[in-house]
Amino acid sequence: MLSIGLGHYLTLAAIIFTIGIVGIFLNRKNIIVILMSIELILLAVNINLVSFSIFINDLSGQVFTLFILTVAAAEAAIGLAIIVVYYRNSGTIRVEEIDRLKG
Amino acid sequence: MIAHAIVFYIFSLIAIVSAIMVTVSKNTVNSVFFLILDFISISCLFIMIGAEFLGMIMLIVYVGAVAVLFLFVVMMLNVAQQKNEWFNSSGRSSHIPIGLLVSIIIFFELIIVIGGWKYKPDLLDSIAIEINTDLTNTQSLGSVIYTDYIHLFQLSGMVLLVAMIGAIVLTFRQRSGVKRQSYFKQISRGRKDGIELVDVENNKGVKIDA
Repeated sequence: MLSIGLGHYLTLAAIIFTIGIVGIFLNRKNIIVILMSIELILLAVNINLVSFSIFINDLSGQVFTLFILTVAAAEAAIGLAIIVVYYRNSGTIRVEEIDRLKG
Repeated sequence: MIAHAIVFYIFSLIAIVSAIMVTVSKNTVNSVFFLILDFISISCLFIMIGAEFLGMIMLIVYVGAVAVLFLFVVMMLNVAQQKNEWFNSSGRSSHIPIGLLVSIIIFFELIIVIGGWKYKPDLLDSIAIEINTDLTNTQSLGSVIYTDYIHLFQLSGMVLLVAMIGAIVLTFRQRSGVKRQSYFKQISRGRKDGIELVDVENNKGVKIDA
């Protein structure tokens, strides 16, 4: 309990990952919150990579975390740009009303 | 050791609570604030276990750029007051129990995986780049990124470039009826376009803008 090992960090990452998944599944109102949940999921993956990298003494995990950070920033920028364009065209970004594909 | 444990539990508790608040918060601006809190506490954890460079980069990239971008878009779109009531949503809510079930199953699968690698300890023996303890974290990362991973590094720069161009192209719009300065027209305007010499008859005057 008091000696923090790899398992603690992996459990924290699993909890945050699951919270992100729940946020994507159950959010029905605002699509920006879905993007934020995706950021949470990427954050959980980063925690996994960094904690493995530290605990097995291998640097490549941190290198890949850096690349994931890059991709997450690009994804947030593109996603928010798409949301802004959609809001300009249709006046709403509520998840319930974006049903043009009738899915 | 005890201090390490206490700090870990404090930061991870803050991270989990703020992650929950991101998804359930009624106000989208509050969600962004809790997202910032989440990133900060996770980057504190990174700094604590010895990945200082990534912790600082997380602060700069996520809190300084991504979260501010989210905040900017939320404020610009004026959706902050839209109620985010995801449990008592009107009508079609049959997917909520299935969604909860799937999430719980995903969580238990992750927990099983975490427990599972303990039974196969040689899973972790393949080390690609060993951490040199003489160098600082930033130095060792830089010595790897700019040599072994240089192509991936340049590729991630290309990803950022494409994202920037894509965001600009997506949000660019040409408005009609806006008066704009045209440098080419201004510079290439000669004497003939600007000045017209007219012979004026007596007591007749000149009609301008005919």
